[in-house]
Amino acid sequence: MPTLVSHPDEVRVISRRFGQGAADIDRYLELDGYKAVQRALENGPDWIITEMKASGLRGRGGAGFPTGMKWSFVPKQSEKPKYVLVNGDESEPGTCKDHVIFLHDPHAIIEGTIIAGLAIGAKMGFIYLRGEYRYLLKIVEKAVADAYAKGFLGKNIFGKEGVDFDIVTQTGAGAYEVGEESALMESLEGKRGVPRIKPPFPAVVGLYGGPTVINNAETIANVPHILLMGGPEYAKLGTERNGGTRLFGISGHVERPGVYELPMGYSLRDAIYKVAGGIKGGKALKAVVPGGSSCPVLKADEIDVGLDFDQMAKAGTMLGSGGIVVLDETVSIVEFALRTIRFYQHESCGWCIPCREGTDWLKKTLTRFHAGAGNKKDIDNIQYLAENMMGRTFCPLGDAAAMPTLGFIKKFRSEFEEYLEGKRVETPLIQIQPYGEPELAGAH
Amino acid sequence: MADVSFTVDGKKLTAPAGTLLIDACKSAGIEIPAFCYYPGLSLQAACRMCVVRIEKQPKLATACTTTVGEGMVVITESPEIAQARKATLQLLLGNHPLDCPVCDAGGECELQDMTFKYGAAESFYTEPKNHREEQQWSPVVYFDRPRCILCYRCVRMCGEGMDVFALGIQNRGSSSVIAPNVPAQLSPENLAQLDCEQCGMCIDACPVGALTSGAYRYKTRPWEMNHVATTCTHCADGCKVTLGVRSVADGSEILRGDNRDKSGMNGDFLCNKGRYAFDFTNSPERLTTPLVKKNGKLTPVSWEEALAAAAKGLADARDHRGPKSVGVIGSNRTTNEENYLLQKFARTVLGTNNIDHHRTADFLTLATALSGTTLADGRQRFASQRCVEKAPALLLVGGDPTNQAPLTAWNIRTNVRQNHARVYVANHEEIKLRRQAKAFLQVQQFGYGSFAQYLAGDDTAAEAASIIAQADAMSAFRDAVKGEEKLVVVVGNEVRGGELKALVAALPHAKFAVLGDYANSRGASDMGLLPDSLPGYQPLATGIVAGDYSANNHPAPTEPGLDLLAMFDAAAAGTLAAMYVVGSNPVARYNLDPTSLAKTFLVVQDLFLTETAALADVVLPAASLYEKGGSITNSYGDLQLVAKAADRAGVRSDFELIVRLADKIGHEVKSLVPFGKGLRADMGQTRGAQSGEADRHAVWLTAHNMEPKLSPFDPFAILDEIQRLVPGYDQLSRLKLLAGNDQHIAPAAQGLVQIENRKDLVLPSSDTLFTSGSLTKYSPALKAIDRHQAVEVADHLASAD
Repeated sequence: MPTLVSHPDEVRVISRRFGQGAADIDRYLELDGYKAVQRALENGPDWIITEMKASGLRGRGGAGFPTGMKWSFVPKQSEKPKYVLVNGDESEPGTCKDHVIFLHDPHAIIEGTIIAGLAIGAKMGFIYLRGEYRYLLKIVEKAVADAYAKGFLGKNIFGKEGVDFDIVTQTGAGAYEVGEESALMESLEGKRGVPRIKPPFPAVVGLYGGPTVINNAETIANVPHILLMGGPEYAKLGTERNGGTRLFGISGHVERPGVYELPMGYSLRDAIYKVAGGIKGGKALKAVVPGGSSCPVLKADEIDVGLDFDQMAKAGTMLGSGGIVVLDETVSIVEFALRTIRFYQHESCGWCIPCREGTDWLKKTLTRFHAGAGNKKDIDNIQYLAENMMGRTFCPLGDAAAMPTLGFIKKFRSEFEEYLEGKRVETPLIQIQPYGEPELAGAH
Repeated sequence: MADVSFTVDGKKLTAPAGTLLIDACKSAGIEIPAFCYYPGLSLQAACRMCVVRIEKQPKLATACTTTVGEGMVVITESPEIAQARKATLQLLLGNHPLDCPVCDAGGECELQDMTFKYGAAESFYTEPKNHREEQQWSPVVYFDRPRCILCYRCVRMCGEGMDVFALGIQNRGSSSVIAPNVPAQLSPENLAQLDCEQCGMCIDACPVGALTSGAYRYKTRPWEMNHVATTCTHCADGCKVTLGVRSVADGSEILRGDNRDKSGMNGDFLCNKGRYAFDFTNSPERLTTPLVKKNGKLTPVSWEEALAAAAKGLADARDHRGPKSVGVIGSNRTTNEENYLLQKFARTVLGTNNIDHHRTADFLTLATALSGTTLADGRQRFASQRCVEKAPALLLVGGDPTNQAPLTAWNIRTNVRQNHARVYVANHEEIKLRRQAKAFLQVQQFGYGSFAQYLAGDDTAAEAASIIAQADAMSAFRDAVKGEEKLVVVVGNEVRGGELKALVAALPHAKFAVLGDYANSRGASDMGLLPDSLPGYQPLATGIVAGDYSANNHPAPTEPGLDLLAMFDAAAAGTLAAMYVVGSNPVARYNLDPTSLAKTFLVVQDLFLTETAALADVVLPAASLYEKGGSITNSYGDLQLVAKAADRAGVRSDFELIVRLADKIGHEVKSLVPFGKGLRADMGQTRGAQSGEADRHAVWLTAHNMEPKLSPFDPFAILDEIQRLVPGYDQLSRLKLLAGNDQHIAPAAQGLVQIENRKDLVLPSSDTLFTSGSLTKYSPALKAIDRHQAVEVADHLASAD
């Protein structure tokens, strides 16, 4: 179990039970567990949605869509069953927050799922775990089984006549793409993990054709806390239109990497220098990828920005999934760009042309560039490729590859140019491959 | 749905709400490019070529997934859009091999066309392209993997269109590759294989040269061929097929069959036979010289000698032993004009009603059963192939369209997929189309009569009708079928005679069709290749045909003649002096004793030296259906044009041969073929006067109030007479026919012959998806596919168990 970190600036809501053995259901009950759901049962769906709207909670997966509003889109009457789907396919490089919740507080997710079900009138929920998180499945499955044993799941939950709710757990097969909600539904239905055409949106036609609410695991884990403390109270913790707190996974060249719960709008500079203890070894900061690898990079002088959706958007990047990757002066941006694009090339599902071919050409070009066989025109070509992928792909994966690439080229163009002149960093992240023996496209 | 108004490129348009923008634009003449979009298949939005700018939307939108909305303002061409499309092409071309000069698709490639339009000519990649080896998936399907642009049309066509699901996608990202359902790992020789219906629809759907046809690849370039739209010669569904024809030393050769012309009732569809089995026309075994038996051996002779010998043999029999001692057997694959002419020849030149053909379905009983009945609204009850595609409800009784009438199966599937048609299947086998059925009832083998009784309300027939015999399931099936207001009943050819009659009677509110086996099976029946009825199922003694023949001093005999089996009995008994067989192989088809023809003077005209032709005294080499003009009628009574595509030196059309025989016999040709309206008979060798080449000219002349000067060998010379005399065919428009439209013929007029048909005369051919009667053994493609299916795929699948 990874070591938990803490810092006085943290505001503990969702991480309240971390490190306290709350994976055990009795311990969870001692820590106010399953109280929120009972309150929800008493007060009904309209109350839940009102509280959720008041909380200002925005989707923690990265898009930041207001959760209460999302739930209210689900039609009240539906011929097909409605579903709640928990997206635990946490795959964005740099992101490691959901994993901690599953590990330390799985019942919060179960409780949140039941509440979401009550809010939209669903009788079934699915918890979808990332394929590589298979080792967490045991914990989650035990938690689900314990909840069934206590009568919190199944028929007449909490003794309430006629209120049924079931939860099924499922893992992916190891594809980044299924973190996209419609691809996740395809995967859950046993098909190839490729995205669906929208509209219709999942709230109308989702899993197995039924209206479906899909929320990120952290979003769902917030729900019981919000109901317990009240929506407005939760909202007050954050900034305007960015209610509450958020788990930030700070990694890279910092003294104390880890997952911290900070209020929305907390300063990025403080997160790095105060909370995470500053740059490792006293080196200089070069750049920050603020919200998972798909977010455009921020330069060292651009980190005086609040960590909420709106301020980050204003700064030309995104809050994303809260995965803050800190790069010190020793990092070669060329290498980092290659490393990033390798990931997206490998994870592109292949459905649409701009993403499938675009990521492949970006990788090929960057690989050669990195190997020292690049030229000035390559820099333009990389930019041209990325610009022509932006907004043209079927799902956001293409954008996720193009955005950081454009960021690297635009903000660190000079470094690319210097790289051509032979300027290299001392400690490369990636072994340089001799040019001329390109990797075979994708091992799987 | 209500119409909505919107603006595209400044043009005000309207379309029903829910129409896809790409379709709405196409109807208005605004072409939006797309690779993955294919009308009728599910949407992919994968190629991103159809991006357009819609006002108030932040990003370019795909026209293939956008439905038109009220007040929508759309721009389909702008520098921004052109750049988006160009960039997509650049991405594709980065990996696409630029082997256009040798690629089969060169010249008819959508990627080429779009590159031409958007100009992604320059490449800025220096890296090597991703390469993969080419694969052969079956004798007829090859896959050049690097050329694939992953539009998934083939995958969808195979799964959604064909319900076969032989194709899928392997790997992901830039490693994604289309793969067949028998993967290499499961094959002994480590070769990927297709276990499918070999329809080749994937090849047709492929926008580039990734999927190529084993029958055509690397043979020629598209622009070196003439592309002739005609009707397929194989099954009785009536698919339009486009034949790619190139001139060769001894005529012109068919190199390709495909479905470029999507205006036929087959729409996008063509099966393996239509696509590949044209190759019998190029067979080295084709007869190209007339043969006459000399000293017990068939010997090549001149046309003059052969025709004289044939004429003398037939005339001698007629004159010395009486017209009843002569028999005529017609074909399922000759045109309506030829069939009409042949029966007229039999009846007015030879003076006999001894005429029949290999009946593959009981059209006669259907025509008589439907005679005089109409639907409640007064419309006739013959179903068209078009009904199968559109009807809200279908009942399939017997038959296995997937194998024997592939277009019928395609139309049923399409109707279910797109219109949610309700399909009911009653069959003694668990046929594949039950997968599309709302309800399936397994009928007892030979239980179709009982099934019809049960449908009519006789509950005592339940047990004899179905092997499930669960009363509630059966009555639910019956109630559902009888509750359908607009029902089309498609009947397999194992249902005939009294059973068919009972079925028609049980469902008085339904339209009907029976499925025959060959291109003009229905036409042969309609045109009176029957011993007991004249064309249009008219009585022998009375009616318009009999009256016309009498009025022209060549009355037809009024006593019924011998049917096909009776003729062979008579031959064996020594009472049939002569027999004239046109395009038929009864010896093999009916498994008849060859020695029964020993004492009969036999004239056979055919493409090949068949088992029957081998016994002949005179053999006349005939043109195939792809080598002449005319019309044919499918199982449903849909009449279509047959256009001359290829040419084979040494053969002549059956039409010409019948006319020449009549002439040689001494019959006044003009009374047989009313050609030329007052012109002298031209019995010369004028090229171009043969095989219907004058037809278009004649129609044009007529349309301009000029006299058509048709040759007696022009089948259209007799079309007037068919239109004048044959009920149902009077409705056809010649211009529609020549324009390539199908027209539905319903011959069930009042006063048809009412005779009990002998059930054993109908002999379904039991062809599979990969056989086509006598033509099978002359088609290398069919033989190769059949072998592949029977041996290789089966073996591979067995080894996978």
